[in-house]
Amino acid sequence: MKTWTRAAIAALMMTAAMPAMAEECIAPANPGGGWDFTCRQIGRIMTEIGLVPNMVQVTNLNGAGGGVAYTQVVSSRGDDPALFVAASSATTTRLAQNAFAGATADQVRWVGSIGGDPGVLVVAKDSPFQNLTDLVEAVKADPASVAFAGGSAVGGFDHLKVLMMLDKAGFEDARAVKYIGLDGGADAITQTVGGFAQAMTGDLSEITGFIKSGDVRPIAVLSESRVSGFEDVPTAKEQGVNIVAMNWRGIYVPKDISDEDYQKWVDMLRQVGESDQWKQVMAENGLEPYNLFGAEFEAFVNENIAEIQEISREIGLLQ
Amino acid sequence: METLANLAMGFSIAITPFTLLLAIIGCFVGTIIGALPGLGPSNGVALLIPISFSMGLDAISALVLLTSVYYGAMYGGRISSILLNIPGDEPAMMTTLDGYPMAKQGKAAEALVVSGVASFVGALLATIGLMVFAPYLARVAYQFGPAEYFALYMLAFCTLGGMGSNNQAKAALAAAIGLGIAMIGLDKTTGMPRFTFGELHLMDGVDFLVAIVGLFAVAEVFHFIESHGKDSAIGVKLGKILVPWRMLKQTSGAMLRGTGIGFVAGVLPGAGASLGSFLAYMAEKSAAKDKATFGQGNPKGVAAPEAGNNAAAGGALVPMLTLGVPGSGTTAVLLALLLTLNITPGPLLFTERPEVVWSLIASLLIANVVLLLMNVPMIKVFVKILSVPAWVLLPGVTMVAFVGIYSLTGSSFDMLMMVGFGVLGYVMRKLDIPTVPVILGILLGNAMEDNLRRAMVLSNGDWTFLFSSPIAVGLWIAAVLGFLAPLFLRRLLKKPPLPTTDPTLNED
Repeated sequence: MKTWTRAAIAALMMTAAMPAMAEECIAPANPGGGWDFTCRQIGRIMTEIGLVPNMVQVTNLNGAGGGVAYTQVVSSRGDDPALFVAASSATTTRLAQNAFAGATADQVRWVGSIGGDPGVLVVAKDSPFQNLTDLVEAVKADPASVAFAGGSAVGGFDHLKVLMMLDKAGFEDARAVKYIGLDGGADAITQTVGGFAQAMTGDLSEITGFIKSGDVRPIAVLSESRVSGFEDVPTAKEQGVNIVAMNWRGIYVPKDISDEDYQKWVDMLRQVGESDQWKQVMAENGLEPYNLFGAEFEAFVNENIAEIQEISREIGLLQ
Repeated sequence: METLANLAMGFSIAITPFTLLLAIIGCFVGTIIGALPGLGPSNGVALLIPISFSMGLDAISALVLLTSVYYGAMYGGRISSILLNIPGDEPAMMTTLDGYPMAKQGKAAEALVVSGVASFVGALLATIGLMVFAPYLARVAYQFGPAEYFALYMLAFCTLGGMGSNNQAKAALAAAIGLGIAMIGLDKTTGMPRFTFGELHLMDGVDFLVAIVGLFAVAEVFHFIESHGKDSAIGVKLGKILVPWRMLKQTSGAMLRGTGIGFVAGVLPGAGASLGSFLAYMAEKSAAKDKATFGQGNPKGVAAPEAGNNAAAGGALVPMLTLGVPGSGTTAVLLALLLTLNITPGPLLFTERPEVVWSLIASLLIANVVLLLMNVPMIKVFVKILSVPAWVLLPGVTMVAFVGIYSLTGSSFDMLMMVGFGVLGYVMRKLDIPTVPVILGILLGNAMEDNLRRAMVLSNGDWTFLFSSPIAVGLWIAAVLGFLAPLFLRRLLKKPPLPTTDPTLNED
């Protein structure tokens, strides 16, 4: 029997340690999260449409909300031309708030974004708030009367969505806004359905089930235009609040690779973004197109970080 | 009737020779993963996810494999708790308290059988509970806000006093150390890092798996080295496996009560299996007439937490499937698996994807039967793995501990921290301070604090909010009773605290 165990363990180890392959994607989180998803899907499509000759190896490098992966890429993989790393709004948010142990956004090269998860504001089905204006007016009248729940810690992207929205709607006292951070969108939804919080912010894909079941009512989606499948949910823009908050999905690469290598990644990511496979993945997972590449994307990242820093200073997260 | 028809459909999908084979492999691997200190259900399942992808399994087969591993690990955790005094995973922590003393008394076989049957009862009833009540139970989660959760955690900590077998102050000290360690990392309510000293690896806080492996496994290795194996846990002999019917009958009440408590703890997101087994143990102890023998090898002290943690494992699937809220680390990994398979758990899962839900339930039932067979008649196989000579086992435990911890984050920092915890565990053992409350502090401290602070944000700092709902008030009353009962009972019974020696130190 003991040989059985040994055989089983050996088999496990061999499957886990697959032969080293050329292209590698680091997912700075455990299997199954958004970054892992980005790595696996982009990697799979790159192989399927023939951009790379072999499978893209996915390495999960969890820790500090992406900080462990980020600092490792900066410090010891800085010139690896075969490496790319999954990133999202959470990456830039934490960079902006100096949560990566002093690392800054200019220590890597930002390749692009090929999809985004639109932010959404929902209330419980029996809530008195019928639209975004009702909600904003209630906050303006008495900020203590409206508690927002979200799936990220204070200062995280879900919190920032609320603050940016209220800021654009003309309510500037960010510190007065009540926000409770929970572990993930679904957790935040249960608090809202249970009546402990009055409104909830999250990514559309994580709360689709609750919207369809009628447990919560979406009052605004934070995208440029209405989202297919949710045509009856108005955008914040339509309701007079000019805010777009997409949780984008993209990648970055190490800083010290050659310009040709960088350009190669930009081209490859663009082709993945235009592929039918990616369009199908987006449709299945509630993502919207959000395409920015190369220099355009780098400019977006810098603007994004500046904006987040400004809000973070207001709420005292940054000195 | 509809439930039965659905279940039949589930079985018709889940029972194929291939999935049965997967279930058997999953149960076997899961039991080993659970039994090995350092590898718990959550990293076991996480390690297997990429493998199931590379094998190209379809959704149902992948679910069968991974839920078998999940349940298998819940069963397996008890084996090393009983034989080595090292919990194989965190929910099996409570099983060490009575399981190991039983093994020391030469009743290892009985302890394994009782705990195996208790695991089966807990998991089976919880799976039935999941099947019948899941859609209604989802509503329970809506009733629990920050105030209610805080009261629930208070209940756990208030009953801690009754746990230290000889000195309550030492148990309290240990819990305080645990709570202190829990404060390390990002503070969710302000977004500021605390006690991280600029160290990136401390941003996420201290993983309780690091603490548990350090405090139990590494400390045990130190102890073994010091005593040259004399009265160390390692090397307990196992007699013939007979089914101790009388003992099973005697503990059946404990199993059922443990199941009930564990299931409820599992259903509440944010409580989970560890709290389930803890509360099951404490409830059993306070209800028992033979309180004094708890901690010294009472079979009820083995049956209750094992039924509790397996029932909680089943219960934790309720919020995971119906709300998409994982109730424990392992269900978080399973949730991730479902999402990658394009199955979104949530209120609509039962109506939109019944084939997934019911084949999952069917596979849980299959896994449970396979596990009972593996864990009672065939328990010797697993015991053999652990009862190799000390000169093999000791380096083996050390290696698995290091590999398991390294697999968490892939950083050497956690391994150093684990060694640090090992030293702490050794010192605490020398000072006769229990280590279980430290783990509870780490495990529950963060959630307890987060909920208190959320409650304060919601109520604008009004502390009476903590007592504002009937559920919260009920939990507070239970907490106060749990805290006071041991003090008064002791006086009423005029029974001085038991001899202040740890059974592990002077027996054998």
